[in-house]
Amino acid sequence: MTYIPISPKERDAMLETVGVKSLDDLFEAVPAKHRFPKLNLPPALTEMEAMDELSGLAQANENVRADLVSFLGAGMYNHYIPSVVDHILRRGEFYTAYTPYQPEISQGTLQATFEYQSLMSALTGMDVSNASHYDGATAAAEAVNLAYAQFRGKRRKVVISPTVHPQYRAVIRTYAQGMDVQLAGDDANANLDSDPNDLANLIDDNTSLLIVQYPDFFGRVYDYTKLIEAAHAKGALVCVVANPTALAMFKTPGSMGADIVVGDGQPLGIPMWYGGPSVGFFTTRKQYVHKMAGRLVGETVDNRGQRSYVLTLTAREQHIKRERATSNICTNQGLIALGTAVYLSLLGKRGLRQVAELCYQKAHYAAQQLSKIKGMGLCFTEPFFHEFALCVGRPVEEVNAHLLEHGIIGGYDLSQDYPALNDHMLVAVTEMNSKEDIDILVEVLSEVSHD
Amino acid sequence: MNAPANLKYTKSDEWLDPASGAMGISDYAQSQLSDIVFVELLVDEGDTIEAGKPIASVESVKASAEIYASAGGKVIAVNKGLPDKPETLNSDPYGEGWMIKVESGSPAEVMDSTAYEKYCEERSH
Repeated sequence: MTYIPISPKERDAMLETVGVKSLDDLFEAVPAKHRFPKLNLPPALTEMEAMDELSGLAQANENVRADLVSFLGAGMYNHYIPSVVDHILRRGEFYTAYTPYQPEISQGTLQATFEYQSLMSALTGMDVSNASHYDGATAAAEAVNLAYAQFRGKRRKVVISPTVHPQYRAVIRTYAQGMDVQLAGDDANANLDSDPNDLANLIDDNTSLLIVQYPDFFGRVYDYTKLIEAAHAKGALVCVVANPTALAMFKTPGSMGADIVVGDGQPLGIPMWYGGPSVGFFTTRKQYVHKMAGRLVGETVDNRGQRSYVLTLTAREQHIKRERATSNICTNQGLIALGTAVYLSLLGKRGLRQVAELCYQKAHYAAQQLSKIKGMGLCFTEPFFHEFALCVGRPVEEVNAHLLEHGIIGGYDLSQDYPALNDHMLVAVTEMNSKEDIDILVEVLSEVSHD
Repeated sequence: MNAPANLKYTKSDEWLDPASGAMGISDYAQSQLSDIVFVELLVDEGDTIEAGKPIASVESVKASAEIYASAGGKVIAVNKGLPDKPETLNSDPYGEGWMIKVESGSPAEVMDSTAYEKYCEERSH
């Protein structure tokens, strides 16, 4: 990006043009008491002093790269991020680009988004992907909007599995408030061990959408094919919230018959940061593309017959369709989406599968070792991916405080969302956890159980 | 611009065939919208609709429009194939591009083809 300096001469010329004598005169319209508030800043530091101060502050942080071992997941996962991802993201051409309205000057950004869409469609087994949403939870809420619009508001019930991420369900509840949509199945006290096919009993002629998670919040992997068939038999659409890493290893939601697949792209090369920013992916079947929210990039040819990219099907979006549009949000997370595309391109099909398999194997080793500890045990028996609910026999808060003393971030405290899962934590294991890390976790938890 | 004499027209550019109760969008409307890429019919067979209420939503490459009923009444037929061939609205707005038919409809405020042609001409200046 060009840096445009300003010299005193240029500033005076501008002031003269607008007809004021000084900068103070320019700000006269602002009431004096609001003009220059006292900031009470400490005395200025030299660069050397500032560096010292800032590195001191930075060192107070502990991070999962060097200081701590983490077994915390529940929607955000600690994966290895190749350094190329960051180098591409920091290029000014991508870093500063806003929504590419003008294809004449935005081919790079448009093509990057197109590649992202293609990768997401392939990963989920669906026809089309939009240019992304804020995060997985808002993408899931947009699925509710799509289904509502598809049935023109005539079906007003949405069935959600209680094993969809609690925070996703909370966001969907917020969206549903103003829409006169009733939610069914969204019950933290439900039997969490019941057959997902039982959800079909909640689906009726008034149901627009069924939402399930894959793997579910507890890491369990189910084949939803029959459930989706049952939902379709009632005329309802089905949205699957998916973990993208798991899709490299398991059957795609597309092949199970899902109509919409959403999820959080964070596991694909995006740091956990402090819980965001992230990126939500949204893919669907071709027949629903006109009801899909968000931006969409398409491939075309320019007036010289060369391959090029443009925003397409824009008449469905709110700036044209106004209040009749499916959603009022078409903002995408362009930069973060690009990060996931770079990550996927670097790893390729085989690389991503390798990551998924490492997660799977290590998580199963951890589960096996942990369940040997006296007084602890796995909560569920179904097949799982890289996360599992573990009963630790005492409040998770206590256990995690003890783990932290040993440099370990323990699992997610499930009692905050599911009253029945008191003393249960959700343990996530990725390729970042070595066998030694897992063995130390087992050792420290064994100590806890003997206390 | 083409406006068959046997049809009636609304100010919002829909046509009505008083003989059959069929309705759709005018040639003027399709030319203003340009390439139509999507059409969704908002009413089903058996619905009773009011004149002036939305019956369809149309998207072209550059615009989006609601289409309003040029007559109210009971819907006796819906052009179910239209959403699969939205371009029909450009190529044959008065024929294959019909949207719905109503039975013994009470028309909205409509004009004849001569008045409608004049109305379109005024707007193109």
